[in-house]
Amino acid sequence: MNATASTFAPEPADMVWPAIRWAVARDLKVALRSRAELGVQLLFYVIVASLFPLATTPERNTLASIGPGVLWVAALLASLLSLPRLFAGDHADGTLEQIALSPYPLVALVSGKIVAHWLTTGLPVALIAPLLGLQYALGGEALAVLVATLLIGTPILSLLGAIGAALTLGLRASGSLLALLILPLYVPVLIFGAGAVEATRTGLGASAHLSLLGAGLLVACVGAPFACAAAVRIALD
Amino acid sequence: MNANWFKFASPATFYPLAGRLIPWFATGAAVLALVGLYIGLIAAPTDAQQGDAYRIIFIHVPAAWMSMFLYVVMAGWSAAALGFNTRLSAMMAQAIAPTGAVMTFIALWTGAFWGRPTWGTYWAWDARMTSELILLFLYLGVIALRNAIDDPRRADRACGVLALTGVVNIPIIYFSVYWWNTLHQGSSVSLTKAPAMATIMLTGMLIMSLAAWFYAIAATLARVRTIMLERERGAGWVATLREVRTA
Repeated sequence: MNATASTFAPEPADMVWPAIRWAVARDLKVALRSRAELGVQLLFYVIVASLFPLATTPERNTLASIGPGVLWVAALLASLLSLPRLFAGDHADGTLEQIALSPYPLVALVSGKIVAHWLTTGLPVALIAPLLGLQYALGGEALAVLVATLLIGTPILSLLGAIGAALTLGLRASGSLLALLILPLYVPVLIFGAGAVEATRTGLGASAHLSLLGAGLLVACVGAPFACAAAVRIALD
Repeated sequence: MNANWFKFASPATFYPLAGRLIPWFATGAAVLALVGLYIGLIAAPTDAQQGDAYRIIFIHVPAAWMSMFLYVVMAGWSAAALGFNTRLSAMMAQAIAPTGAVMTFIALWTGAFWGRPTWGTYWAWDARMTSELILLFLYLGVIALRNAIDDPRRADRACGVLALTGVVNIPIIYFSVYWWNTLHQGSSVSLTKAPAMATIMLTGMLIMSLAAWFYAIAATLARVRTIMLERERGAGWVATLREVRTA
């Protein structure tokens, strides 16, 4: 199978949207059948964020200054923990192979899976973050910016993470390997995400950080699905 | 001239060529390193501000240059491997990764030894040091992914995709770390304001950089030869090699 040719060949536009819609709907249905798993992932985020005050200090000023970073690192870890779910199940029962063999473009199908992954992992994290932010003594404006950065940033985590999840499909110790591959690539998202909240808190304004995060999201949207589809084909060969 | 540019794209023809080139590059690296170290450690004067501690730059700076450059070269070979589906390109990418990781490690380690006497700390979250550390993680990621995949063809392509993803991200990572660092102007020390360098120091550093180049080429070629033997052990041309028959 010539991976590059089939991945990058122009596809009729009327095949792209139905493929994305189908993949989103199907993955959402699968994810919602195991709600407990989704709940556990969200709980992981809450617990990691709750450990830091115990490890450092309950003093409000310190908590407010480490809060944005802690909440963002916890979001990175929660994303990392949920990534194997993206392809591993479908790979194990052969569904992924059928998806790759379908006449619909694999890039579109993979994009749909990434969207569904974000809706079930990144979005809940962004929505629960203000509650945790309150525990870290963050003010109203900082909380709003925290949610905004997570809404823009977590899709980037899902997009980049999908490449790593596809590359490590079916390998030994794939979980820790995935962390080594993906966390260095998450660094810019972490810097701009946590930096935006910090800048708001100190009165500098978050617009530059938010613009850069938005730019990162656009670049990731354009590039990551192609790399991810290529990685899926490599894993299936 | 009608040369066949692809003659040496085959392991069977490249293996003996690499074997002939290695002694030249290895000798070149040794001679250049001796000259460079003589200039750096003996001929160059003691620095007025940093004393003799500055002399570590003759190792540190070439290693740091090579660490970044080798990642780009590795990504280039990976792109060639993915684009043209050539075996040798992927083997070259595989052979470069450990040398690049070693150069990154040397740059970080000598940087720490330089930092201690000059700024009083082994480690500061300076933009360059932080991005060099992340570069080390990227190298280790490529090597770890390679080791985790048993099928060499799949490993080639998976590492290729990872190396290309990394090379797109390196400027973004560097920029973000730099920006983060300038926003957090704490007690940090500025590495960027390098004092104007005397010509003899610059000469020593350039010669040491050439030595690092030659060493990297020799090490990569030596490693790619063993990779070729390992992967092509079933091929006919390997069986006809003198070193294989006598072993």
